[in-house]
Amino acid sequence: MSSAAAKSGWEVVIGLEVHAQLMTKSKIFSGASTAYGADPNTQACLVDLGYPGVLPVLNKEVVRMATVFGLAVNATVARRCVFARKNYFYPDLPKGYQISQFELPIVEHGELFITGADGKEKRIGITRAHLEEDAGKSIHEGLDANSGIDLNRAGIPLLEIVSEPDLRSAQEAVAYLRKIHTIVRYLGICDGNMQEGSFRCDANVSVRPLGQEELGMRAEIKNLNSFRFIEKAINFEVERQIDLLEDGGTVKQETRLYDSDKDETRPMRSKEEANDYRYFPDPDLLPVEISEEYIEAARATLPELPDAKRQRFLADYELKESDAAILTASRAVADYFEAVTAATGTKAQVAANWVIGELSGALNRDGLEIGASKISAAALAGLLNRIQDDTISGKIAKQVFEAMWDGDGSADDVIDAKGLKQITDTAAIEAVVDKVIAAHPDQVAEYRAGKDKLIGFFVGKVMQETKGQANPGQVNKILKDKLGG
Amino acid sequence: MSLDKKQIEHIALLARLKLSDEEYAESVEKLSKIVDFVAQLSQADTTGVVPMAHPFDAAQRLRPDVVTETVERDRYQENAAAVSDGLYLVPKVLD
Amino acid sequence: MALHLQTLTELAAGLANREFTSVELTEVLLARIAEHNDTLNTFVTVTTDAALAAAARADDALAAGKGGVLNGLPIIHKDIFCTRGIKTSCGSKMLDNFISPYDATVVERMAAAGAVILGKSNMDEFAMGSSNETSYIGPVRNPWNLECSPGGSSGGSSAAVAARIAPAATGTDTGGSIRQPAALTGTVGIKPTYGRVSRYGMIAFASSLDQAGVITRSAEDAARLLGVMAGFDERDSTSIDKPVPDYVASLGDSIKGLRVGIVRQHFDQGLDDECGARVKDAIAVLESLGATTVEVDLPNLDLSVPTYYVVAPAECSSNLSRFDGVRFGHRAENAVDLLDLYCRSRGEGFGDEVKRRIMTGTYVLSAGYYDAYYLKAQKVRQLIADDFKNAFADVDVIAGPTTPTPAFKLGEKVDDPILMYLNDIYTIGANLAGLPAMSVPCGFVDDLPVGLHLVGAHFAEATLLRCAHQYQQQTDWHTACPAAFR
Repeated sequence: MSSAAAKSGWEVVIGLEVHAQLMTKSKIFSGASTAYGADPNTQACLVDLGYPGVLPVLNKEVVRMATVFGLAVNATVARRCVFARKNYFYPDLPKGYQISQFELPIVEHGELFITGADGKEKRIGITRAHLEEDAGKSIHEGLDANSGIDLNRAGIPLLEIVSEPDLRSAQEAVAYLRKIHTIVRYLGICDGNMQEGSFRCDANVSVRPLGQEELGMRAEIKNLNSFRFIEKAINFEVERQIDLLEDGGTVKQETRLYDSDKDETRPMRSKEEANDYRYFPDPDLLPVEISEEYIEAARATLPELPDAKRQRFLADYELKESDAAILTASRAVADYFEAVTAATGTKAQVAANWVIGELSGALNRDGLEIGASKISAAALAGLLNRIQDDTISGKIAKQVFEAMWDGDGSADDVIDAKGLKQITDTAAIEAVVDKVIAAHPDQVAEYRAGKDKLIGFFVGKVMQETKGQANPGQVNKILKDKLGG
Repeated sequence: MSLDKKQIEHIALLARLKLSDEEYAESVEKLSKIVDFVAQLSQADTTGVVPMAHPFDAAQRLRPDVVTETVERDRYQENAAAVSDGLYLVPKVLD
Repeated sequence: MALHLQTLTELAAGLANREFTSVELTEVLLARIAEHNDTLNTFVTVTTDAALAAAARADDALAAGKGGVLNGLPIIHKDIFCTRGIKTSCGSKMLDNFISPYDATVVERMAAAGAVILGKSNMDEFAMGSSNETSYIGPVRNPWNLECSPGGSSGGSSAAVAARIAPAATGTDTGGSIRQPAALTGTVGIKPTYGRVSRYGMIAFASSLDQAGVITRSAEDAARLLGVMAGFDERDSTSIDKPVPDYVASLGDSIKGLRVGIVRQHFDQGLDDECGARVKDAIAVLESLGATTVEVDLPNLDLSVPTYYVVAPAECSSNLSRFDGVRFGHRAENAVDLLDLYCRSRGEGFGDEVKRRIMTGTYVLSAGYYDAYYLKAQKVRQLIADDFKNAFADVDVIAGPTTPTPAFKLGEKVDDPILMYLNDIYTIGANLAGLPAMSVPCGFVDDLPVGLHLVGAHFAEATLLRCAHQYQQQTDWHTACPAAFR
């Protein structure tokens, strides 16, 4: 891929708006269910439909969720915040206005840290995070000249998280997003599911000549629903803007849609008309007051956050830097790893290798989250213990793992049932070694003439004879003794 | 006239109101009068006054996160002019 | 006394003493509706069958020794309140086809107390008007003079109560829409403190000003009804969680020592001399009952009308955006595209005054004008609220005229919005400050009723009702009935 950022003389400036759907049971202003995937309009009550006379009542849980997010990104949680109406007409917006926050959002002045291209930590400012209601969905297929409106999603609570324009490349944008993604899942406030739209992103992208203070004209890119598309869309857009400017053109301030099939951005037709949202405080909703005690109580509930956990993993478990990052990207994975480590005497790095290697592979293969793993942390620890105490070799362990995954029971069950217990009886191994030496006189001669590499050949033969169950260390030692003799 | 036809057209579009020619003429006249009338507010000295959005200085009451609605789609859609398979219909929307 | 001439309180006693049944009473009133509705145009919908069924249920309940405090008593709901299974038009073509799937809290509470609903009263479209002339089914006529307006927006309610078609009716008041029609028809109207009565199910005009109340023939009747309507509702975030006092219980208490504020600005230019004289007479009656008068100052009173005509249209422009022809309400035929659907559905469904207010509101909120109009009005609103707060440091109620003139002729002001808006000069302040206020009949000018306006501090409904009740023990203006409707 030709990196747009590589074009010399230009600086890329990106700010991101993340819409994180909050994992409440009921909607932000109504008692309708938020469950995903229901039949159209079966989860849209009178409030969600904007019926005449109905009124919004704020869900307590969204205030808590926004508060813990604010604390997790070291932001100010407002003691008093206000809901405002954003007025515009669109069929997926039943009231003709969206209840959002404008002048006084619940969270302001936050920050997080990403690892930049140079490997150094970089601070990214979070301007604000505010609560708002989601809109419904328009369906265009199969309805001839019509569009169909499904308002099940209308009123689902969103936390819109707005970054400062501190990001300087698509890679940084993705790193920032992954960080936000990790944090909201750690906090248990958003499931982060991008396919179902519960974690969405708009990117404000502009370029400016290196050294110029003033920001360039920006375009807003919508419809970014995977990390990969976000990177591609930003790179496409950066290149488009630079080409435009280098050809003497100007960038238009507009909303553009990313088309993943064509890998390009194009202007959104519905957003061509200049908007005047006429924000004003929603008279149906009084200011939300958040006490210092409430904030402190929320702080006390904060889990260990990804950065802190990663540092602790490095210090306590002496893991490889990259492994600590992978294991702490998800709270569930980190918890699993720690449970395995706690229940086994083996080195933490070995447990990490298994979680990142075999376990992740199996989960991916079956499309499962770690919470649905077919091998519990305790069961995996049981397997690692059998390696540790030399009951089986690492290689046999992989075979045992597969059997465990397929439901054949614990590591001990599988080892017993299949007779996979490692042969550690020296006499038994010596008998096999003698047999192998006797059967391959030519190779024995070559080895003794100095071709040391042939040791692998003999080990292989012994392992073959013992169906892989002989202790590899012992096999090696006995072979060397006998061949050297 | 403090408002002209072009402004009225812009306002009518923002408010999604189709007006007849007579309505435009009348709106220019009457809305101008209203705007002139309310413009006397500018005479008031409001230095340091905090804008009042609600009659009370009260705080928002919060609702527990509980699903309380049993949605009755068919009944709610009886008032809709055009529905199909549970969807509300509108002329094709551009994205 | 003929049933239709009795007050709600008298009817309640008659029902309890088995002098007549609720079905008999309801039949009498339905017959009066049939007789007079063509003349007065007070109803959007008459719910004959449902009323008779409810009356029969009420009679059964009474026979079984059960029934709520309004058991078997017929009332009318302003057509702004959502009524399940019944058309709720809000006086607009936009909602001519709208059958509400739910009941407003006010409707629910009154039904639970046993009230019998006779129908839905005519009103200014979406409560926007002071003469009932903006209704899509045409104006209501004033029973005291059929060429005159009964006031608005709760004009159908006030005219029906004045014409003895129903003993009581609900109303809503955003800038005077209960009190002004009450004054112009010689009835009692009370708008409680903002938040005292739930707004749930009341189609919103201006959410920070709207408040439900009642129109009755006596303060005692109003006290009885308000006790049922008022109270906390978890479905309305702005509803106040505060116990509702027994308004009836304190009516008999003396008003000796009550401090009555007289606002100098009320008697300045603009007030009809004769109206002013009736109001001063009424204040003299209060003094004769032991009240003391204190002059108070509301320096920003003149600014209340322009403030209101920024704040109310701004909120209305947003509240009425939901009427887009998609989920309910009027939908234009053969729309060529989405914009056409929106603009024509709304253009066809809304009347002139509603469109004017939507556009005014859109303008004052739009980019470049927000600070000069909307934000400024919110600040002046605070000044006005502060004026009242200062006044209520010295007085218990403020007394003055409800309207500058008695009922005006239909058609007289309809072409001049400013002239129409100035009708609300005395009533708007209570909405801006969220205060309880009521209008009480206090005499006549040229055979047209005049109203005494009483305003109280927040949650002082009981004081207002007691003051009005004590006044009505000394006077009989509220018992006067227009000749053609006896």
